[in-house]
Amino acid sequence: MSEQIATPAKRTIGGKLLIAMPYLWLLVFFLAPFLIVFKISLSQIAVSIPPYTPAIDLAEGWQGLVEAFREFSFENYIWLTEDALYWKSYVSSVVIAAISTLFTLLIGYPIAYGMARSPQAWRPTLLMLVILPFWTSFLIRVYAWIGILKNEGLLNQFLMMLGLIDEPLVILNTNIAVYIGIVYSYLPFLVLPLYASLERLDGSLLEAAEDLGCPPWKAFWKITVPLSLPGVIAGCFLVFIPAVGEFVIPDLLGGSNTLMIGKTLWVEFFNNRDWPVSSAVAVILLMILVIPIVLFQNQQQKMSEKEG
Amino acid sequence: MTRGPTWFNITSLVLGFSFLYLPIVLLVIYSFNESRLVTVWGGFSTKWYASLLQNEQLLDAAWVTLRVAFASATIATVLGTLAALILVRSGRFMGRSLFSGMIFAPLVMPEVILGLSLLLLFVAMGTARGFWTVMLAHTTFAMCYVAVVVQSRLVGFDKSIEEAAEDLGCPPVKTFFLITLPIILPGVIAGWMLAFTLSLDDLVIASFTTGPGATTLPMKIYSQVRLGVTPEINAVCTILVGLVTICVIAASLVTKRQQVQRERDERAAFGADG
Amino acid sequence: MAPGGSILSSRFWVGAVLAKKSIGPVRREFVPWENSDHPPFIEFRGVTKKFGEFVAVRNLSLKIYEKEFFALLGGSGCGKTTLMRMLAGFETPTSGQIFLDGQDLAGIPPYRRPSNMMFQSYALFPHMNVEKNIAFGLKQDSMPAREIEARVSEMLRLTKLEQFAQRKPHQLSGGQRQRVALARSLAKRPKVLLLDEPLGALDRKLREETQFELMNLQEELEMTFLIVTHDQEEAMTVADRIAVMDKGELVQVATPAEIYEAPNSKFVADFIGDVNLIEAKVTGKSDAGTRLVSVVDGFVIDSDQETEAGLGETVWYAIRPEKVRIAQGRREEGQVNQIDGLVWDIAYLGDVSCIHSKVGEDDHDTIRATFANISRMVENPITWDDEVVLSFNRDAGVILKG
Repeated sequence: MSEQIATPAKRTIGGKLLIAMPYLWLLVFFLAPFLIVFKISLSQIAVSIPPYTPAIDLAEGWQGLVEAFREFSFENYIWLTEDALYWKSYVSSVVIAAISTLFTLLIGYPIAYGMARSPQAWRPTLLMLVILPFWTSFLIRVYAWIGILKNEGLLNQFLMMLGLIDEPLVILNTNIAVYIGIVYSYLPFLVLPLYASLERLDGSLLEAAEDLGCPPWKAFWKITVPLSLPGVIAGCFLVFIPAVGEFVIPDLLGGSNTLMIGKTLWVEFFNNRDWPVSSAVAVILLMILVIPIVLFQNQQQKMSEKEG
Repeated sequence: MTRGPTWFNITSLVLGFSFLYLPIVLLVIYSFNESRLVTVWGGFSTKWYASLLQNEQLLDAAWVTLRVAFASATIATVLGTLAALILVRSGRFMGRSLFSGMIFAPLVMPEVILGLSLLLLFVAMGTARGFWTVMLAHTTFAMCYVAVVVQSRLVGFDKSIEEAAEDLGCPPVKTFFLITLPIILPGVIAGWMLAFTLSLDDLVIASFTTGPGATTLPMKIYSQVRLGVTPEINAVCTILVGLVTICVIAASLVTKRQQVQRERDERAAFGADG
Repeated sequence: MAPGGSILSSRFWVGAVLAKKSIGPVRREFVPWENSDHPPFIEFRGVTKKFGEFVAVRNLSLKIYEKEFFALLGGSGCGKTTLMRMLAGFETPTSGQIFLDGQDLAGIPPYRRPSNMMFQSYALFPHMNVEKNIAFGLKQDSMPAREIEARVSEMLRLTKLEQFAQRKPHQLSGGQRQRVALARSLAKRPKVLLLDEPLGALDRKLREETQFELMNLQEELEMTFLIVTHDQEEAMTVADRIAVMDKGELVQVATPAEIYEAPNSKFVADFIGDVNLIEAKVTGKSDAGTRLVSVVDGFVIDSDQETEAGLGETVWYAIRPEKVRIAQGRREEGQVNQIDGLVWDIAYLGDVSCIHSKVGEDDHDTIRATFANISRMVENPITWDDEVVLSFNRDAGVILKG
């Protein structure tokens, strides 16, 4: 019927401007910057302000632009393939993100499942308890683990007090600390969509399965898990994508051997002040992430279409 | 799902929430530690809070952060609400998929990329970096979060309510302020709060886009954390965590109370027919 | 009708309306549509509305008169809501014109049109109390505060909502919300009140009561009402005239009695009420009527109706179940309008009973006959597998072309 098909009302000029505002904002502050990043990734480092060449000077007009384009090169990208540091960083970022996502899922699923199975009256409180850490500072939550994981930190003190270990475990400044940091920081991102899909699950489906002779543990695998898959996929994307480019966690919890591309980019930019190379690093990172981002968007769209 | 929790469910909830909260609880406890050695308990003390008040650099950073957060959250709320309206209400328009892509991408985009790209934009525009550039950067990514929050509120909105207002003689713009905005206000407020805390927390984007004289609190904390854990930082963190916790709990209590009241009213009204 | 009295007291009006039904289909001397010189109040002139490829309303022309209670009736997706929304200004016709009180409505936005609408979802403003909801439209007209107050309290009294004036919509029951929506749309005294499935959310009993309240309000306020509904009983109860719509076109526009007794098509006959449709061939035509032979079982129908169909053509003979008599036995040789049947199914519905009789080889070839259960607890002599004879008068049915 007509209700489903919106006819756009005639818009006044003011209305059009109002609509254009957020659009223009995103074009200027989100899309244009990427084009600039791409452009600079084709430039060379220089001791100047800004520290790269050629700098496009619009005052020189068309001729200047053409001149600048001639000087563009893919040298930075070639450099990225030649220096093992970069591609190792990319690979290890993806590996670390994937392993962390797996652990997040293993820890997050029982939590989301427990929440969905808890009495109706508890659920809002439990939900708030999951969301609350999300509102507190990311930096603080990562920082809190330093005191725990240090050699003389609380975890080692506790384990030695119990007599489980004699020597302190070296966890901080290793990849294990990075896994812990990512799992801890991104756990709410996975639990929330998963809980949403588990909560929607109709309890009578499980009763029907049992009624038809399926034992509860089997019903869990045959009914609950397949029906919660959209939530699992959404949650995993929400952990994996930002984890690949993570900077704070590997920087604070990881060691000097922890290679992650976000950290490499940061160092390249702030310590080496090589803007063109860090731009090239960003462009490649973006290209790696475009695939999961597009997959994620499509999946979300499919879900919302199914519900709508 | 309606079935009761098993012991497995309860255990996983207890362990899960301990994992989520233990680090923060420990951090709060050790902020009251007398000893300078953060991990050795030396008795209860509030001296680190007192010394915070002497630390002018930290207080300056906090002031900058609050200003940035307030300004960017406010602008982001306006833009994000508009964006949500466009996403939900406008049918097809030129570049719609580009628009929705630009709204959703920043939610998952690594912060290093956002920060770097915005910095390079400001450099290309020749803008002096400082308070304003951080504010603009925060506005940009926070508006996307606001858009998503407000959008979820708009999806359940009965459009005939707006049509009713127009039918009764109210022009569209007035309808927005008299009818639409009051109804979606909880979503808009939640969006503002989210934008505010996102700006308050952000380290990476602020580090890229800031300039002299505009050091934010997370940047200050970060530079001190790199030197090691100190009780003073624990104290700052405790204050931040406390503030956010109080705000979130207060907000959820208010909504909860409204909901309970509403349900009670509805039950009272039910059965009044006949 | 005493003004301000118990116009909403449904019991009184149920009686009055039942009385009206017994005296005939016209409740008052109000038949402007029979006079071609009478100027229409609302006119759709060749209106078409397309949503992309989908044609919701197709080249539709319709005249509605002042003070008429008019119903648009049809299944979902037939275009009735779209037609009403075009009148309210929420949709723009793809082509054609709409006039209200002589004014072409093209280009006039909804908020400047002299019509008001009561929405299916009621669309009450959730953040305003009942009083403010009702006053909303008046405030848009910058009416003086004192007049607004007077009008609001009048509307509250008219809809018996005085004690709920300070309540918010979520503190009201479904029936009360419906009254608020009605009061709000009536408050501005619109030239025409549009009602979009106004009673769909109410339970059956409340719906019937409210239908009578609507009729009385309409008569009392002397306003033009246009109602959209998919419920044929509702349309027949409230409306002076009904337009039956299908696939974006008008199928029949007539009074409820005409629609029921003289449907102009198989669609209308089937859509309104219960009907037996008998496929038959025309075998004789005269000034006195038409003679048909049923395709199934070959019985002869003698009808007082005339038909455009020629000799030998196949038509449909439509007859309502209550117009079919049923008795035990077999038909008399050589008699017309009699059918032999075998009782197939009996449904006891309380007020009436309905008997399905098989008249052909196929299980689908059944004819339904209903009769009022005028005595209590009397064992019906007719039972399953009885041989029965079904008969009807020659003016009982209508002949429809396929």
